[in-house]
Amino acid sequence: MKTIAEKTVIALTGNDAVAEAMRQVNPDVVAAYPITPQTELMHKFADFVSDGWVKTEFVLVESEHSAMSAAVGASAAGARVMTATSANGLALMWEILYIAASTRCPIVMGVVNRALSAPINIHCDHSDSMGARDAGWIHLHSENSQEAYDNAVQAVRIAENRDILLPVMVCLDGFILSHTLEPVELLKDATVQNFIGDYKPVHELLNTDKPMTFGPLDFHDFYFEHKIPQIEAMKKAPEVIKSVAAEFGELSGRHYGLIERYFTDDAERIIVAIGSTCGTTKAVVDKLRAGGEKVGLLKIRSFRPFPYAEVREALSGARAVGVLDRSHSFGAQGGPVLIEIRAALYHHADVPIKGYIYGLGGRDMGTAHIEHAFEQLKVLVSSGKSSDEIGFLGVRE
Amino acid sequence: MADQKDKADKRRHRLFKYLRKEVLPTAFCPGCGCGIVLNCYAHAVDELQMDPNDLISVTGIGCSSWIPSPYFMGDTLHTTHGRPIPFATGAKVTRPDKTLVVIAGDGDLIGIGGNHLIHAARRNIDIKVFMVNNLIYGMTGGQLAPTTPAGVPTSTSPYGNVEHPFEIAELVAAAGASYVARWTTFHVFPLMESMQKALTRKGFAFIEIRSQCPISYGRRIGKRTGTEALQEYKETAVRAQEAAEMTPEELAGKIVVGRLAERDKSEFTANLRQLNDEIRKKDAGRRPEDWSIS
Repeated sequence: MKTIAEKTVIALTGNDAVAEAMRQVNPDVVAAYPITPQTELMHKFADFVSDGWVKTEFVLVESEHSAMSAAVGASAAGARVMTATSANGLALMWEILYIAASTRCPIVMGVVNRALSAPINIHCDHSDSMGARDAGWIHLHSENSQEAYDNAVQAVRIAENRDILLPVMVCLDGFILSHTLEPVELLKDATVQNFIGDYKPVHELLNTDKPMTFGPLDFHDFYFEHKIPQIEAMKKAPEVIKSVAAEFGELSGRHYGLIERYFTDDAERIIVAIGSTCGTTKAVVDKLRAGGEKVGLLKIRSFRPFPYAEVREALSGARAVGVLDRSHSFGAQGGPVLIEIRAALYHHADVPIKGYIYGLGGRDMGTAHIEHAFEQLKVLVSSGKSSDEIGFLGVRE
Repeated sequence: MADQKDKADKRRHRLFKYLRKEVLPTAFCPGCGCGIVLNCYAHAVDELQMDPNDLISVTGIGCSSWIPSPYFMGDTLHTTHGRPIPFATGAKVTRPDKTLVVIAGDGDLIGIGGNHLIHAARRNIDIKVFMVNNLIYGMTGGQLAPTTPAGVPTSTSPYGNVEHPFEIAELVAAAGASYVARWTTFHVFPLMESMQKALTRKGFAFIEIRSQCPISYGRRIGKRTGTEALQEYKETAVRAQEAAEMTPEELAGKIVVGRLAERDKSEFTANLRQLNDEIRKKDAGRRPEDWSIS
């Protein structure tokens, strides 16, 4: 296999970074359909296919529904499969997302987060992947392009673990990460290949000695029983995500977990966030810490499975928690992250919480908004009570 | 000069009332064919003296979906990728008195939404579909589409397309549409007439409009300007009557233009109303008057 360059740190966009990970993984099959802002990821991968960098069968299907269907078909046939999409493309895959997870297809998909229609919007929020949070996929979120690359490589190992066999979404914020150049350190091609190893499917079609049926009729007699192993696999996922991360950390020097704690140990006020806003929040934490304020960030890397125990441990010493959501769960108490945080703490820690919605449809999230949230949390500290009122950061009054 | 300016203003104003002035100039790239289609559509509506309030334009996702939304001044429903026909179907059965026009691209109508197109033609629902076919996914940067000719390089097939494209107008004609035509952005006058025919004829009407995309398609095949594409349309267009006498070898590289199908066939919405009326008459008085849910 050709190596791309001597230098391993190169300037890449988030889309490029995931495409590079895909090149190094060299999946057997990729099926994709264009959608902004994921499109460039597949352009780059199409070049790799055409220039012979990978041996992938690259199928340009007629919709995302077909892309995920082809991915499931290829995975069932024993292939290592990857794809990528965004927003409405993910929404169109919905039916097959459940089938991919329930037939235990270890597909890895880049999700370049973008707002769902209507109105039509191509910019970042998390309504797409958050809407798919109950489909049975593992969701890894990326703070920057480096993490998008690292997550994409680790996702292959997590998905294909014999105890897991679940598909993984590698989420990265549309445009904010997907179209922004950053220095990204790539592992060597051979290192990635050694790390992921050869794919040996547990069950596959096309094995004439052992004919298999995937996804047949399964009524009230056994459907329920077939859901239990799926639930059990997801329960085992946290440990696998952590062990894969530990091994990856030794290779790369970059360490990951289910969450990342940034100055949370002695923090009075903690903000919980996912995705690129974590980077912005870290800058705010640094600034406020320099002024003597005890603030911190809890970054959620794995949204599914949700790391309840780790979250509890990280937050239970805080005197106020602000939760940032880049999507809303209409009719619920707030956004999906807020709901999970409340559930994690319920009966375990009496920490005042306030939820915030920010950045819908790509609205910029600046340091001032985060500082404002930290400031508001002081009210919760002094009152000792949660606020049921959702704050909207950056919306026009 | 003043006379000429007055005339120009009058001419401009005649069609300007069909445009949303606040969003002009259009976002179309230099040399794009979408402006020509918008112009023809506005002309067709104007010459038929249709009230734009009686038009509902439904669009999907793609450059050509911008022709009615936001540029055409009238009611528009801007929907998801590939689905304008199902949305229009719902609007038409609710308001059969309105004229439903779908303007969208090839990637939308025959790619991701291809199934809806053939079923609407089969059903012969009274919807007018003007499909702008630029042979590529233009808006997203020139990916391979189901209309891309074999061999053409695209951003997802950098060394050439290994697939075969649809002949869409022929497909829709075979599926049972009551009116099918194909024109190009070079054939503006026949296109306007064809649009008028489609707008006034009852049933499913479909016009495939071959249109140029110099940015995402043309530059990949050495035709970097809109005029080069128009020149090609002029030189390679063959009228349907002539094409009928030609061999497949003679037709290679040609664009067959003109009316491809016109047939009388009962229309879906009318059939549906008729059936509903009959059943309601039979049902009259059978429903208890004090029955309600809340």
